[in-house]
Formats: sequence, C-alpha cells, structure tokens
Amino acid sequence: MEVTAGWYMTLAAVLFLIGAGGMLIRRNALMMFMSIELMLNSVNLTFIAAGKELGSLDGQLAVFFVLVVAAAEVVVGLAIIVSVFQSRSSASADELSELRG
Amino acid sequence: MTDFIWLVVALPAAGAVYLHFFGKRAGEPASGWIASVLMSGAFVYALLAAVPFFQGTGHAESVVLWSWMPAIGAEFAIRWDPLSSLMTLVVTGVGTLIHFYAIGYMHGDPRFSRFFTYMNLFATGMLTLVLADNFAMLFLGWEAVGLCSYLLISFWYTKPSAAAAGKKAFIVNRIGDFGFMIALMIILTQFGTLSFDVLEDPHLGLSTGLATAVGLLMLVGAAGKSAQIPLYVWLPDAMEGPTPVSALIHAATMVTAGVYLVARNAAIYEMAPIAATTVATVGALTALWAATIAIAQKDIKAVLAYSTVSQLGYMFIGVGSTAYVAGMFHFMTHAFFKALLFLGAGSVIHAMSDEQNMDKMGGLAKHMPVTAATMGIATLAIAGVPPLAGFWSKDEILGAAFNQGGWMVVLWAIGLVTAGITAFYMTRQFVMVFLGKPRWDEGIHPHESPRTMTVPLMMLAGLTILGGFINTPFRTGLERYLEPSFETVDGAIHMAHPADGSTAWILAGVAVLAGLIGIYLAYRLYAGPEDRRRRVLGRFARPIFAWENAYWVDRFYGKTIVLPGKSVANWAAFKFDLGFIDGIVNGVAGAVKRLGATIRPLQTGFVRNYGVMLAAGSVGLLIWFLSRGGL
Repeated sequence: MEVTAGWYMTLAAVLFLIGAGGMLIRRNALMMFMSIELMLNSVNLTFIAAGKELGSLDGQLAVFFVLVVAAAEVVVGLAIIVSVFQSRSSASADELSELRG
Repeated sequence: MTDFIWLVVALPAAGAVYLHFFGKRAGEPASGWIASVLMSGAFVYALLAAVPFFQGTGHAESVVLWSWMPAIGAEFAIRWDPLSSLMTLVVTGVGTLIHFYAIGYMHGDPRFSRFFTYMNLFATGMLTLVLADNFAMLFLGWEAVGLCSYLLISFWYTKPSAAAAGKKAFIVNRIGDFGFMIALMIILTQFGTLSFDVLEDPHLGLSTGLATAVGLLMLVGAAGKSAQIPLYVWLPDAMEGPTPVSALIHAATMVTAGVYLVARNAAIYEMAPIAATTVATVGALTALWAATIAIAQKDIKAVLAYSTVSQLGYMFIGVGSTAYVAGMFHFMTHAFFKALLFLGAGSVIHAMSDEQNMDKMGGLAKHMPVTAATMGIATLAIAGVPPLAGFWSKDEILGAAFNQGGWMVVLWAIGLVTAGITAFYMTRQFVMVFLGKPRWDEGIHPHESPRTMTVPLMMLAGLTILGGFINTPFRTGLERYLEPSFETVDGAIHMAHPADGSTAWILAGVAVLAGLIGIYLAYRLYAGPEDRRRRVLGRFARPIFAWENAYWVDRFYGKTIVLPGKSVANWAAFKFDLGFIDGIVNGVAGAVKRLGATIRPLQTGFVRNYGVMLAAGSVGLLIWFLSRGGL
C-alpha cells in the first residue's frame, strides 16, 4: 500500500483537531501550550507533504520559519508560565482572568 | 562693503541670543555693555557701508542671504539703498545712544539683562523691517517689532497697568496689521510676487482702483504702527514701559515704521492720489488732535507721548503730500529731539524717585543743569525755532503741503496751528519741570544723572542742533542722498521747494512766528504769577477738561468696541464653546463609552472562551470559503 499525500493530510488534520481540542478543554497552561505546539507541528506536516507532492522546496522553507517562531514563542511562553506558577503556585488558565471586561 | 551687510542685523541678533541664554550670568552691568557694544558695531558697519551713498556713487543693491520662499519672490534678502540705509543709520545710531543710557537708567532692576535681551531683539526686528528686500520679510520685521514693543511695554508686568498697556498695544496693532496683510495679498495676487521689484513699475499689475485700495489698506497698517487716528490710543498707554523703551521704540524708531512703509511704497501712492491725500489728511488731523490733548496732560511722559503722535502726524502730511524726503527728514530730526526729550524726561523721573507728575516738579534746572540744558534745546527744536533741527524738517513738510495747493493748503493751515500748539505745550512742560519754585514732595533730593545717561543726552543735543543742516533749502544734502531711492517717482524729490523763493521765506517766517507765539504765551502763563494762571485757565475750563481726558476716546472705544467684543467672546466661550463644540465632543465620547459598556462582557478573561471564538471563527471562514467554491 502506497503512502500518498492524502494520508499525511489526514494525519495532520487529526493531529490538529487533537491539539485544538486539548487547547479548548485543558485548564493547565502547560498542557494548553503543548496543544498549541501540536497544532503548529500538524501544520508543518501539511507543508512538508504539500512540498513533496508539488516538488517544491517552499514547503520546507515555510517549516523553518514556523520552527523558529515556535521556538521563540516557547521561550516567552514558558517564562510567563513559570513566573505565573511562582506567584500563585498554580498554572490554571481559568484563574488568570484579571482582564475580564 | 555690502557683502557683509547682514552683520548689521546679525550683531544685535547675536546679542539677543547670547543675553537670552547667558544674560543672567553676565549680570549687571556687563550684559548692558554687551548689548550696547553690539549695537554700536552695527552702527559703525552701516555707516561704512553707506559711504558710497554719501559720495553719491552708490546704487541700490540687493544681497540674497538664503532662499526662503522663492515661489512668491520672497528671498531672505537685504536691500541696501539710500532709504533703507538712512533708516538703518538712525535706528542703530539713536539706538546705540539709548542702549548706553539704559545701562544707567535700568540700574538695579532685577531683570536688567532681560531688558537688554529685548532691546537687542527689537533692534534685530527693526533692522529686518527696514532692510527687507520684499514685503514678506518686511512683514516679518513688522511683527517682530510689534512683539518687542509688547514685551517692553509690559516689562514691569507685575504692574497691572503695564500688563494692560502691553496688551492694548498688541491688539490695536493687530487691527492695523489686518489691513496691511490684505494689501500684501492684493499685491501677491496681482503680481504673483512679493518682491520690491513690483515697485519699479506698479502700473504693470495694478489698476488705479486697486492701487488706491492697496494704498488705503497700507495706511491702516501704518496708522496702527505709527499711532495715527483712529488707532493712536495705544501709544500714550505705552508709556508704562521703561523710559528708554519709550525713547527708542515709541518715539524714535518703531512708530516711524508706518512713515517708512508709505515712503517705500511711494510708487503706489504716486498712482493713487486719493490714497496719498488720505494719508496726509489723517496725518494733519492726528497732529492737531494729539497736540491739543498734550496741552492738558500732567504726566511728563504723557505730554511727550501725545507729542510723538502729533509729530508722526507731521510725517504723514509729508509723505502724503508726496514730499517723501521731507517726511523722512522729519523722521530723522524727530528721532534726535524726541529721543532726547524722552531720555531727559527719564533723567528727571530718575532724579525725582519715579515721580512723573509735573505738578510736583519745578525748579529742577538748578539741580540737574545738563538735563535742563539738553531738554531746553530739544524743546526749542520741536517748537520749530531756527536753526535747530525741527525747524528745517517741519518747515519743509509745511512748504510741501502748501505747494500742492487745493485741499493741501487746508492741511498746511492745520499744520501751522499745530506748530503753535506744539510750541505752547512743550514750553509749558519745560517751565513746569525746570523753572519756578520747587513743588516736589518731601524727602526727594533731585540730583544729576550718572555719566552713562548724560553723555547720550549731550550727544543727542548735538545732533538736535546740527541735524537740520543736512537738508536746508540752501544745501539739499538729504535730497541728493535719497534721490536714487525715489528716482522712479515723479516729483518726489523736489516737492518741498516752492518755485518762488520769496514764498519759501514767507512760509518759514509764518511757521516760526506761530512757534514763537506759542512759546511766548506758555512762558507768560506758566512762569507768571499764580493767580493770573488760575484766572486764564479757568476761562478755558471746558476745553481743558476735554483735553485732560483725551476727548474720552478710550471710554468711547471701550463702549463701542471693547465691550461688544468682550460679550461676543463671552458668548463664544461659555455658550458656543461649552454648549455646542463641547457638546459634539462629549456626545461622541459618550456614544463610544456606551458602545464599550455594551460589548465589554465579551471579554470574559477565560483563555478557553477566546479559543472557542477563534475556532468558531476559523470554522465559519472555512465554511464561507468552501461555499463560494474554493478560495
């Protein structure tokens, strides 16, 4: 059985939905963060797959950008989570609702 | 020499900038000396640069310093011609003397250095005005001197009357400037340029009607700056400023800017005889009006202020009857003797511990001989006694008006009467201040002023004695000097001299006679016995009452202009602005606020909610794209 682009796309869609679901359901900021990473990487997967299918390097190029941005985001995000955790010994996103209108 | 002519403006400008930042550190008297020396530098350079004009070999030059607004012919350029050089020499020359004088006069003032900052700034503005090569630059200087006038009138701003006087001067001048600006706009639209080149041949762009309009509008501006009817009311109040300021700005230089403006635009007035006649008429009426008021003033500086208004009226008669040289001549001699009178008055005020009421003076000649002698010379000069400076210039103006014939003869008659009144009130002042018995308050010990004050007095007295001889009917020096500036204007130069020599003698004789009668009457009245004075003055109680109150013009303006203006302003501020304008602003702000209050519950503060909205939005977009059949 040959692994076609459709498989990759399907896998990416599944990963994305898992990530989106985790993002919406989880309360722990760390878990939400990992869900976001999952979504980002599912998108990366579609880029790679589409690039291979079309015989273009542009897909891989885009992935590098996404990786760099994601790395930077991880640094900032983790720092925020750590400092939140230090100040209130919990990383529950629901408790961080000071910006309620 | 004209390569560095910008130095004339730059030296006082440098002084103003330096003293603004470092004046406090320089302190007293160093900052005064800095300002004075820079002014003398400007004078010396102007004198050297004017040598070709003295020799009759010079010609008008235009030195472009930098490009400013080339599209409307307004470069930052200096015009160096006989007319501007004459103005420059008087401004810097008399200005230098007054600067030195002020070192003594302002002694002990807490804002000593700031005073000289303003004085130098004024000189910069005035020189920009007279050296301008286009109307835009002239206007720049025109406004700059207005600003300095305001700053210096209200120099002692803690005194409410001084602050009010400064404000009044500024606002009244605004009215004049309004007319001036319209005149400039007409020139700009007609010629497309503001360069003085248009004055070479104004026929190219102006019809007679437009030339008349420009001439009249410029008269409005000139009447504001030069304190003519109906805008003269600010000048008497301007005496609230320190006396050197009154001498320099409100007697010798700035107030003559209007005369200069008319002379500079001689070509336009040549095209518009109606406008020129109006200038002369306004001048004659102002001369008489102000002279009568001066008769009854008790304040030593008020007499001089009204006298200045009156003498400016003479200059307007001169330039209005196309005798531009005579007008400029009187400007020059007046700068000498009126500066001298003001500085002398300042010396008296200084000696009397700031007393200005002449009723409390008298007998001062014994205590301050230099001041008395120099002021006596100036009094005779302004009264038109030959051979002092005032005689020659006043005689030339009256002669020019008489020669014009027709309506101008009436103006000549007014001028003649005014000459007599001038002699009367000036003699009255001299007698009340310097002669008779002392009437001063106890505890006042008058003394002669310090050297920095008396030396300028003596130098001005010298100029007052000799200044007239530069342009006598026998030796017309100033005419030949100014000729290159007016050569395109027919009849501007030789107007002052009647064809018939004997007429000139008769006119001069009549004018001198009027002056002598005035002097004689005033001397008899004020130096004579007390009871006779009381009896004679009692007979003229009604007019004197009107003159004392300056014909109630201020009250009239207050009721007809200031009060309605204030009520309009009140309405605009408290009804229109608070109600309407603020209503719109507050309404918009209120609507935004209500909108915000309505939608702010959307922000729950829960990250999950935002996530759901994001996801729902994405799905919505996806569905929308797909339903359109692809992206």
